[in-house]
Amino acid sequence: MQLTNRKVVVSNKEQSLAERMYLPAIAKGMMITASHLFKKSPTINYPDVKRPIATVYRGQHVLKRDDNGAERCTSCGMCAVACPAEAITMTSGERKKGEEHLYREEKYAATYEIDMLRCIFCGLCEEACPKEAIFLTDRLVDAQFERKDFIYGKDKLVEKMDARIDVSKRQTPEVLAFKKVEGLKHNELFDAKKLNKGHKH
Amino acid sequence: MTAFIIYKAIMCVGIFVLLLASAAYATLWERKFAAFLQDRKGPSRAGWGGLLQPVADGVKMFMKEEIIPNVSNRALFILGPSLFMVTAVITSAVVPWAKPVIIGGQTYDLQITDINIGVIYLLGVASIGVYGIMIGGWSSNNKFALLGAVRASSQMISYEIPMGIALIALIISSGGSLSLKSIVEGQDAGLANIVWQPLGFLIFFICALAETNRAPFDLPECETELVGGYHTEYSSMKLGLYLFAEYINMFISSAVIATLYFGGYNFPFAHEIYAKLGLAEGSAMVSLIGFGVLLAKIFGFICLFMWIRWTLPRFRYDQLMNLGWKTLLPLSLFNLAATVVVEYIRGNIHF
Repeated sequence: MQLTNRKVVVSNKEQSLAERMYLPAIAKGMMITASHLFKKSPTINYPDVKRPIATVYRGQHVLKRDDNGAERCTSCGMCAVACPAEAITMTSGERKKGEEHLYREEKYAATYEIDMLRCIFCGLCEEACPKEAIFLTDRLVDAQFERKDFIYGKDKLVEKMDARIDVSKRQTPEVLAFKKVEGLKHNELFDAKKLNKGHKH
Repeated sequence: MTAFIIYKAIMCVGIFVLLLASAAYATLWERKFAAFLQDRKGPSRAGWGGLLQPVADGVKMFMKEEIIPNVSNRALFILGPSLFMVTAVITSAVVPWAKPVIIGGQTYDLQITDINIGVIYLLGVASIGVYGIMIGGWSSNNKFALLGAVRASSQMISYEIPMGIALIALIISSGGSLSLKSIVEGQDAGLANIVWQPLGFLIFFICALAETNRAPFDLPECETELVGGYHTEYSSMKLGLYLFAEYINMFISSAVIATLYFGGYNFPFAHEIYAKLGLAEGSAMVSLIGFGVLLAKIFGFICLFMWIRWTLPRFRYDQLMNLGWKTLLPLSLFNLAATVVVEYIRGNIHF
């Protein structure tokens, strides 16, 4: 019974003189390798030349400040709840008088840590944030020798006012509009019916 | 007499430096060439385009820890790489590098010594070379090293026979002299020896690949089976000497092939070109051009060696022995008989 049509009869035919001499075959093989001399190498000289990465790349996080230099984060914990990898931890602090230029609202994150080894760079924290405080950027997380060095605190996450980080590529008007869709409002419970009604795109 | 000694000393030092420099840069070119054949870039970090890579490799080799196994035979362990290096270098003594120069009425051969048994000297020194591998492999007291050494010696012995017979045919067709200088001079006006010895050249070339332990004949040091082959136990500069001597061997083999079969420092229409440029025979410029032509030929053969290495896979040991004894030996004997018949018809030999 024939099961497939892929059957091939093995041929054990004697080699011809030219085949037994091997020289034509060697010449053929050498022409193949020689043809590669004239092909362009696909190598990118990495440290000198870097491959462009997408403008919406999801890399190392940044905690944004507002235009006055006050931290936007209010330590609500939405990002930590949304995080599927449980990489985010934080403790809250209460703003004192005279700290208005440091923190935008009365409550702020006293510590804020992201474990970069746990993080899967999915961007759900960014989506969950009601204060537009956390964003993923096109920066790569550096290599470290110790595991503890991968736990990034506020010193590494909060942006410096003299070196602000542009997140406009990830915070487009479309993204902002999408975040306003009623069913997706993150401080409301998820309701599929509401979502269908409100989602107009 | 003093002038003679100074001239010979300059020749020796010059050729020694040439060998070391070319072998160092052959290692870089090998890696670059392999990279080009495989669509890569090769070493590019040390110096401009990787030009200082051989220096970096040399420094690395010198700085590495030197280990001599305490179960090894210490004296022979040191003798092995030294002997291999010495034999690799002294083969260059009989190669004529350029046309003789006439300075102040005195003729200076650009060759260390023109002995009348040059070809036999080459074969002899090449056979001593295998002792370097054999002694090194045996004195390591390591089974992989010993296997590599045994492979190297049996391979060398097997391939020296067809090589020698191919050379006899060459000597018959090039006028009967064993001196490399007269073989080159014989190709000065006439055709290169390759025209009368195409089969002989093929046999000689294959044997030269085997004698220099180059792929596809690199069984003595095949990493997949024998860890490192005969130099498994070697480290630091002793290992460096083995690796380095291999590249010197390759350079010398290319020089010998170019000299014996491709006219050495001669090239087609040389005399017409010299006449047109207004260069007198024996002037330094003529020698320089000839030396450049020889170097170009050597470079071509080194590229061919590397091209073969990065194309063909390694032989199995029985295939190696079959090729040597059952194919190349009968073929070289046939070549010898055919050469005698052809030369008799051409009227170059009489009975």
